[in-house]
Amino acid sequence: MMPFVFEWLWSDLLVWLLVAVVVGLVFYTRAHPHLRAPWARVGRSSSGMAAATVLAVFVVIGLLDSVHYRAALPPQGGKVAYATEVSSLLDLGLVALRATREKTYSAPLATHLYAKETVQSADGRETRVFPRLRHGGAHLADPETDWARDVATRAFRGLALALVLWLMAAIAICAVRSRRTGAGIESAWRDIWQGRSAVPWRAVLYALGLLCVIIGPVVALAPHYHVLGTDKVGQDVLYQSLKSIRTGLVIGTLATMVMLPFALVLGVMAGYLKGWVDDAIQYLYTTLSSIPGVLLIAAAVLMMQVYIEINSSLFPTTEIRADVRLLALCVILGVTSWTGLCRLLRGEALKLREMEYIQAAHAFGVSHWRIMMRHLMPNVMHIVMIALVMDFSGLVLAEAVLSYVGVGVDPSMISFGTMINSARLEMAREPMVWWSLAAAFMFMLTLVLSANLFADAVRDAFDPRLIIAGGRP
Amino acid sequence: MTAYIIRRLIYGVFVLLGVNVLTFALFFFVNSPDDMARAQLGSKRVTAEAVAKWKHERGYDKPLFLNEKASGSGRLTETVFFDKSIRLFAFQFGASDQGRNIGYDISTRMWPSLAVQVPAFVIGLAVYITFALLMAFFRGTYIDFWGVVLCVLMMSISALFYIIGGQFVFGKLWNLVPISGYDAGFDAIKFLALPVLIGVISGIGGNARWYRTIFLEEINKDYVRTARAKGLSETRVLFRHVLQNAMIPILTGVVVVIPLLFMGALITESFFGIPGLGSYTIDAISQQDFAIVRAMVFLGSVLYIIGLILTDISYTLVDPRVRFS
Repeated sequence: MMPFVFEWLWSDLLVWLLVAVVVGLVFYTRAHPHLRAPWARVGRSSSGMAAATVLAVFVVIGLLDSVHYRAALPPQGGKVAYATEVSSLLDLGLVALRATREKTYSAPLATHLYAKETVQSADGRETRVFPRLRHGGAHLADPETDWARDVATRAFRGLALALVLWLMAAIAICAVRSRRTGAGIESAWRDIWQGRSAVPWRAVLYALGLLCVIIGPVVALAPHYHVLGTDKVGQDVLYQSLKSIRTGLVIGTLATMVMLPFALVLGVMAGYLKGWVDDAIQYLYTTLSSIPGVLLIAAAVLMMQVYIEINSSLFPTTEIRADVRLLALCVILGVTSWTGLCRLLRGEALKLREMEYIQAAHAFGVSHWRIMMRHLMPNVMHIVMIALVMDFSGLVLAEAVLSYVGVGVDPSMISFGTMINSARLEMAREPMVWWSLAAAFMFMLTLVLSANLFADAVRDAFDPRLIIAGGRP
Repeated sequence: MTAYIIRRLIYGVFVLLGVNVLTFALFFFVNSPDDMARAQLGSKRVTAEAVAKWKHERGYDKPLFLNEKASGSGRLTETVFFDKSIRLFAFQFGASDQGRNIGYDISTRMWPSLAVQVPAFVIGLAVYITFALLMAFFRGTYIDFWGVVLCVLMMSISALFYIIGGQFVFGKLWNLVPISGYDAGFDAIKFLALPVLIGVISGIGGNARWYRTIFLEEINKDYVRTARAKGLSETRVLFRHVLQNAMIPILTGVVVVIPLLFMGALITESFFGIPGLGSYTIDAISQQDFAIVRAMVFLGSVLYIIGLILTDISYTLVDPRVRFS
């Protein structure tokens, strides 16, 4: 008997398909020097590599959260049954955060609830006190005296461990480098810290160090405290923030991916074939882009909602329903952002079709289809690459706004948008509850900022105009 | 020029027709009016009479495209498509699903929207271009570097946080302005100050960086080198030559959004309680009032197309080389 069954949601499959495609492309790129060159330029950008390091952490969390399973229930009468609740590998790692629910709000690292409660003491008198938390700091005998020392020692221990790990990572990087260059480890260390290495390992190590300084204490404190507090229903805010990452990543990547083939084929066709094909495709994207994006998304999501409601038998569990809605949102966001890329590709194809090598291919009798596939597509790929990375951060930000408007992800799905939406009235509370918003803000800022920096590095590396002009504009 | 504009207008009508067919398909084929009635009436155990009544009250009980029962032109006009889609071309928005007059709502609610959007747009444009020119003037120095860093940082923050943070700091902490609400006449200023300010600030990051790129692209061109070689001062080069020549890419992005200012800002209006078209749309979405959403989709598309035509006209104003035939 298996202790669990995998539960592959549609978005999981698409995410792993995307991972497979990326891995395939990496191997393909490695074998072709002309494809490797722009990525090598990305690798030489300090801000780009530092941002990539941070993004990698987010991606790992997102991928762990994309393997879902259902655990087996204790056997009853020989039959194996599985829980209806769908969990992910990330939940498994965060079981300490997930299982420890409090009653309601509690501040970060608190040992007591944030609201007073009436408690009956032994002699029957009723008093209003801040009750102890069920989990946060529950191991402390007397929070008044022990709390500060306990938090400090745990945080310090976590920090020390993280720094040791960081040092090991730094030494490993030096060792690899010294093997490559043939110089000693010490000279590799000096090269890196004086910024003489081609790949800016110093920036990577700075980013890693910053991550270690933050993650180390958090990991050490998380099993015993709510590091970022708890929300209205007593759920750990750190857990919510970590779960939001997958939603953001899925929307940021899949939304551009779903419509990419259409944009690519139609854009190149319009630019290359001209004539009535061009007119038809231009009409199509002018029509689509003339509808204000939010309204088109709202209209489509509302319709999707009604459809899911009417045909609820097709979507048995809330997870599947939320997942289908997430994918629908990706498709609709793709439809609205697709038109810009299509227009860019059309313009580029218009330019390229007059180039000598295309004219030569035409003169040799190569078919239109083959010219587009073999000669045009590879030469517009840099635009696709730039559009992909540039769109990512915009989509993550859009998700938050759409979820606020009520046409984003399913309310049961944890995302930055739903976190902000449920927390926005907490600033007006007396006393103020700030940690949910602060957590969503910090996580979103880190994700979007590193995506923006990485996108800039990719754009600088791939845009031929900038390369000819000699670096940054 | 006139012939060109007329051609563009006709093309615009065709685009609008496409928009209407698209929204019609979305609203009447993905889900039938029966489905919508059931979703609106709530529970699953809705009687057929209630559904029929709901549909009749809102005119959804007619045939979609062709009315067999009517005679003459009524065969085409007595249909859902004509009522709900074609009538929009005459700006007859009809009644919302809740029974309100959409046309009247739009005409009263557009003023508060404009009162927020127009100042935010004008001040914003001035601030962004100034900031971008400043960075372009000091290009390659620390001012430029940190300016860009600031821009990237600011564009990485969600608009929601600007609004929540602004309301908290200016409204709650410093008590300068009311947190939300609206008033007619001059009293509106104290309600409008914060939304306008936040509208400007939240756009600085993306816009200033975008304008900086445009300016730097112009600065690398030959005519700028010639101007400098003539001995013109850097400020004169920047303001007289670069700014004027950068007008085309700036106008491309700016003119098209001017008509869309009517539509209001969705989240700003809903956070600040401004009774404009943006909050109208949000309310319609949350109440699932499809008639209003359809009307706003149409209105938005009309305004976008007007914006595109205005963009073309503005090109001829700033660049004498541009001629449309």
